[in-house]
Amino acid sequence: MAQRTGWTEQASSCRDASCPKGSSHIFKVVLLGSSSVGKTSLAYRYVKKDFQDSLPTVGCSFFNQCVTLDAATIKLEIWDTAGQEKYHSVCHLYYRGANAALLVYDITKKESLEKAKVWLSELEKEFLQDEIIIILVGNKLDLSEEREVTVQEAKEFAKTKCILHMETSAKSDVQVTELFMTLACELLKRKEEQLQATHWKKSRINLQETTSHRAKCCQI
Amino acid sequence: MEAEDLGLPPKGGMDLPEDGVDPPEQKISPGCTETGEDELIVALDKQVELSAAQNNGPLSVADGKVDVQEELSEAREESSEKDLSDSASTDNTLEDSCEFSRPLVMGGGPSEEEEVAAQPRPATHRDEDVTAESWRAHRKHVFVLSEAGKPIYSRYGNEEALSSTMGVMMALVSFIQSGDNSIRSIYSDDRKLVFVQQGPLVLVSVSSTLQSEQQLRQELLYVYDQIISMLTQASITRIFERKKNYDLRRLLTGSEKILDRLLNLVESDPCFLLGAVRCLPLQPPLRDSLGSLLQKAITPNLVFSILVARSQLVTTVQEKTVIDDCRLEPTDLHLLLNLIGATSAFQTGEIWTPICLPRFNPDCYFYAYISYLDADCTVCLILLSTDKESFYSVSDCKKRIEEGMRTQNYLQALSSGLKSPSYSVGMVGAPDLRHFIYKPLDIPDNYRQLPQFTSPELEGPYCSESERHRLFDLYHYLHSRIHSTLRPLRLIYHVAEKETLLAWVTSKFELYTCFSPLVTKAGAINILTKLLRWIKKEEDRLFIRYPPKYSTTPNPGKGSKGVRTDGAENGFFGGL
Ligand SMILES: Nc1nc2c(ncn2[C@@H]2O[C@H](COP(=O)(O)OP(=O)(O)O)[C@@H](O)[C@H]2O)c(=O)[nH]1
Ligand SMILES: [Mg+2]
Repeated sequence: MAQRTGWTEQASSCRDASCPKGSSHIFKVVLLGSSSVGKTSLAYRYVKKDFQDSLPTVGCSFFNQCVTLDAATIKLEIWDTAGQEKYHSVCHLYYRGANAALLVYDITKKESLEKAKVWLSELEKEFLQDEIIIILVGNKLDLSEEREVTVQEAKEFAKTKCILHMETSAKSDVQVTELFMTLACELLKRKEEQLQATHWKKSRINLQETTSHRAKCCQI
Repeated sequence: MEAEDLGLPPKGGMDLPEDGVDPPEQKISPGCTETGEDELIVALDKQVELSAAQNNGPLSVADGKVDVQEELSEAREESSEKDLSDSASTDNTLEDSCEFSRPLVMGGGPSEEEEVAAQPRPATHRDEDVTAESWRAHRKHVFVLSEAGKPIYSRYGNEEALSSTMGVMMALVSFIQSGDNSIRSIYSDDRKLVFVQQGPLVLVSVSSTLQSEQQLRQELLYVYDQIISMLTQASITRIFERKKNYDLRRLLTGSEKILDRLLNLVESDPCFLLGAVRCLPLQPPLRDSLGSLLQKAITPNLVFSILVARSQLVTTVQEKTVIDDCRLEPTDLHLLLNLIGATSAFQTGEIWTPICLPRFNPDCYFYAYISYLDADCTVCLILLSTDKESFYSVSDCKKRIEEGMRTQNYLQALSSGLKSPSYSVGMVGAPDLRHFIYKPLDIPDNYRQLPQFTSPELEGPYCSESERHRLFDLYHYLHSRIHSTLRPLRLIYHVAEKETLLAWVTSKFELYTCFSPLVTKAGAINILTKLLRWIKKEEDRLFIRYPPKYSTTPNPGKGSKGVRTDGAENGFFGGL
């Protein structure tokens, strides 16, 4: 990543209290994708720097991770879910006010990409395109011999939808930190653009409803 | 016949030998050796037991029955022959002798363990080859299927690969049902098959342990309740009403591990057997302070606050209206803790999930907030609310509790009690005493309290898994004798092969003790006296004597059993 130089990460024990005060931005990130694609493993790898084989998820699981990027401190509120029908009642909590979504699929399972596409259309219903940053994540890169989804295929799809695409392995720790750093950078970039846009619009016409909406959801 | 229709055999391993498939006629009666206050025990011999006695029932289903059971026990027959030549003491068949000094030999003792261990284990037991010997040799299989015969869960092996076996089971169940009966159990010489039907689900246990039918049935009910805890009974019923052959695994993906863990626990943790919770031994002032901390950090619709450390209860507080109505059931707490123990734990994480407490109310959800308070994920706070929107306010309660614990240094105080997971039996000061399980029945305010028990660490000879299984098989056996519906006992003195056990139930307690094998009866009584004295001395530390309560909810009754959230609120499956 180009921006890699400027960041350091806080220890995973960082709570609200221990997140450095000041210019911190809080972003809500949701993990989406069908069961067993590795959502929890990705989060676990990122937060705990470890991999465990068995991590069933119930309901919604929620945790913070702080990232210092250049001068800014960013708090990522990461929401992981079991993504099962039985938990749909608590899942509206899940989307609400999300700033970013990681759409995870398993590169060895074609249908998991199809499922990710379904999630994407759900997101498109809930959010305007510039309201949320979406990264399509192909996980289990370590199993590339069993690959069913080619890089091109996923990349092309991502391109048509104007979203980012990355491939990772939670198991062998490939591109996981990079994934979250890319996300943090994008979030920050978007935020700055928005601030400028708002500023610019305020002094001008100030009609765009979406802008105020956007600004609001960044302060969750 | 039916087997064909279900798409049965002819896969390898499903082939049945032509001979040796007689319906089991051998009697089963644990070779028991207990005496006690002139109580004599008559071993119970059961074959196929139908809820309504109908003599032609078992015979007319002989084909199907033998299929299932032979398939599972065939392998064992071969291996037990081998075992016999290895050592006579690992005899798998139990004889009906009740002489005093005859040791009780556990079915599938060490030799089985070794044999299983000798086989290379597949990566996870989910990938196990269901046609392999090692698969058949498992101590206990548990299957869950739908009434339509669709596989839902298998403890070992992929349930998909077992769909034909499950088909046979279901054929068996429904065949007997068609005669207005229900199948309850089948006994072969080394296995018990126990069937439980709960609504649209059928649960089957195939066990070579010495557990009684009643205990196996109880275990299956725990499995059922754990499924209910994730889905609620109402929604399961609704789903199958709409679609008979619904594949319930769609809703349970990822939950197999929760059921796997449960089944390992029921075999090794007395809490399930006794229906009681294990408390973390703590000085009463500390427990009280923690209780009042929980009591203060509340929000509307918060119904239960539970603090546990390493699956041992530290303290629990519940809303007053709930206490008046009913109490938290140990089973519900065990299932909840099992679920939590089986899921991903993030130190900084918070979990918000709908959860049903099946014994409290099988049809509605609570919303559970789960969070760990320490770096090692040992101290866990569980807050149960009836309002699914209350995540942030409940999360705020946790912050207050965390803050309180920090300022008062309670966490350090707690974790010093956690250095060793429990306590050593050596503290009693009776060298011949190896282990015990004590459940008081005289707790103050008993009828409103969680039943509790205490038990020291397993040490000494019970470190390996097989030895632990052996000891718990003995405990299960004694428990089944004490709680036998036909002939309950109050006192059992039991000389086993490698230890001597004594079980005793009075109006004040239920007690199981394990001594070194050479202890005399008089010696055992002496130790008991000592043990009871020690427990009396320690009881304030070992048990929660006076549980705290809270009541500030503005709208009383909201969380109580009387007022239920209605179907619409729980209608997650409206779209099905
Ligand atoms: N080989 C491989 N396995 C993975 C990877 N990430 C997750 N898994 C495995 O995939 C399964 C499901 O992972 P989990 O994180 O629970 O998926 P979730 O249901 O999306 O949260 C687990 O058995 C993980 O061990 C990966 O990068 N490589
Ligand atoms: Mg998960």
